[in-house]
Amino acid sequence: MKHLWFTAKLDIVESLRARWFMIYTLVFGGIVALLFAFGLTESRVLGFIGLSRLLVTYIQLSMAILPIFVLITTVRSVAGDREAGVFEYLLSLPVSLSSWFWGKIVGRYLVVFLPVFAAMAAAAGWAMIKDVEVPWEMFLYYTGLLASMSWCFLGIAMLISTMARSIDVAQGAAFLVWLVMLLFLDLILLGIMIQGHLPPEAAVALALVNPLQVFRTAALMLFDPQLVVIGPAAYVIFDYFGGPLFKVYALIYPAILGTITAALGFQLFRRGDLP
Amino acid sequence: MIQFSHVSKTFKRNQVLDNVDLKIELGERIALVGSNGAGKTTLIRCLLGQYTHNGVVTVNGLVPRSERSKVLQKIGFVPQLPPPLKMPVSQLVGFAAALCNSEQKRMEDVATRLGLDLRKISRLPFVKLSGGMKQKLLISIAMGRDTNILVMDEPAANLDPDARHIFFELLAERLENTTMLISSHRLDEVASLVNRVLEMDRGKVVLDDRVDDDASLSGKLVCRLALRRPEAAIAKALSGWGFRDVGNGTEWEGLIAGPDRLRFLGMLSRYVGLLTKISMDESASSGNQ
Repeated sequence: MKHLWFTAKLDIVESLRARWFMIYTLVFGGIVALLFAFGLTESRVLGFIGLSRLLVTYIQLSMAILPIFVLITTVRSVAGDREAGVFEYLLSLPVSLSSWFWGKIVGRYLVVFLPVFAAMAAAAGWAMIKDVEVPWEMFLYYTGLLASMSWCFLGIAMLISTMARSIDVAQGAAFLVWLVMLLFLDLILLGIMIQGHLPPEAAVALALVNPLQVFRTAALMLFDPQLVVIGPAAYVIFDYFGGPLFKVYALIYPAILGTITAALGFQLFRRGDLP
Repeated sequence: MIQFSHVSKTFKRNQVLDNVDLKIELGERIALVGSNGAGKTTLIRCLLGQYTHNGVVTVNGLVPRSERSKVLQKIGFVPQLPPPLKMPVSQLVGFAAALCNSEQKRMEDVATRLGLDLRKISRLPFVKLSGGMKQKLLISIAMGRDTNILVMDEPAANLDPDARHIFFELLAERLENTTMLISSHRLDEVASLVNRVLEMDRGKVVLDDRVDDDASLSGKLVCRLALRRPEAAIAKALSGWGFRDVGNGTEWEGLIAGPDRLRFLGMLSRYVGLLTKISMDESASSGNQ
């Protein structure tokens, strides 16, 4: 366990020095700053105002940015380390492979999740100073969603980086995974699939296994409980599960998916050639 | 102590190790030589538990792949190409010391002996150090801890003559209880450090020979040279070896580390036409050590 934390700390410090982390933090901090600057808290679209409005917009933008950021930076870092010979040296030190692999994940998780959370927390803090009501239930749920989503894509990224032997392949695969998930968002593809006589159950199942779609549905559920703004699959899901059950599912499923893919990545890492 | 039994390794139909059988005992100092692609690095990586392979590798009866923490606790490794780590030097030393259950102070002491002041460079990213500094730091990490196996890939290639001598001294201090595996493209680079030579070619050990063990690792030779005429190129080369001009560019004097004698003569061979006299005296150096 001690070695796991050493490795996590090492990865955190390496990430803090990396350019991608600076951009990553600026992007999420910048989003919140811009949303405030454009007076989004005063917007009354669909009767949704104040910090709730800002959080909903923020979570929508996070959904678009966070997965691809986590995927690309993680696969680049791990595959890059391997390609550059970092593994050859650091893995000649007496650290167990489990401590190394999971330590890297823990370190990277803190680095990708904390800036996203900090930006949201800063928004809440600013709202309190400005005497704007903070919807704490929504804030906590969104925190959980972001935590679950970060873990999910981190697990997928670690699996990809374990399988790919070069940075180019790893980045290409990560982009492809993200693209497939994006294409299977119900608004884009599922509607077409249903029009093309795909059984509705299949479309709903696809929506349920796509973590991006799960994230999106759950995020909008708080904003639009009738889910009139999103596609047919989400509507069926909502109708079948009910709101509270799906909210729980949206927290647990991505976390489980991330854990399974990370564990699979670890098995491949443990059984294959390290450098 | 270290045993390779029928070890083979294949990368996409390319057999890099071909049924290697090898036994290495405690205290042996081995030169692992061979051309590029001969299998040296792969053999080392199998020993470090980094590659999967056919056959069995054991270190003190333990399999590096499955019991890597225990095995690697006793192995100090210096790679040929320093890793491009962005972390500060202090963090690398701290990380290595923590993993190896050693004290940073021990690694710092070795670095100081090699002429590297860690306090001055502690905040610098490792990757920004010069080639020689990186090499010294990696040697310090490998030797500033309790190990009984040292695996080194061209360890002295980037060291200046003084640092090479200290490095040989450090090796000499561990002769009795340490096994050393030193990989190199060229035998003359490492011949005087070792008492056994393994040559690899196309994944096989093609030569396994004992060598004369008389050369002292820690000794120095007083060397005097006379030249036909002053010459800038050899003057620069000799200055690099720490020699003093004692006769208007035609007579030179300096100290050579015992294991460096072959390497030094290799350098001199480029100027053999200029040499009129050369002497190397082992006994006379004792007062200078």
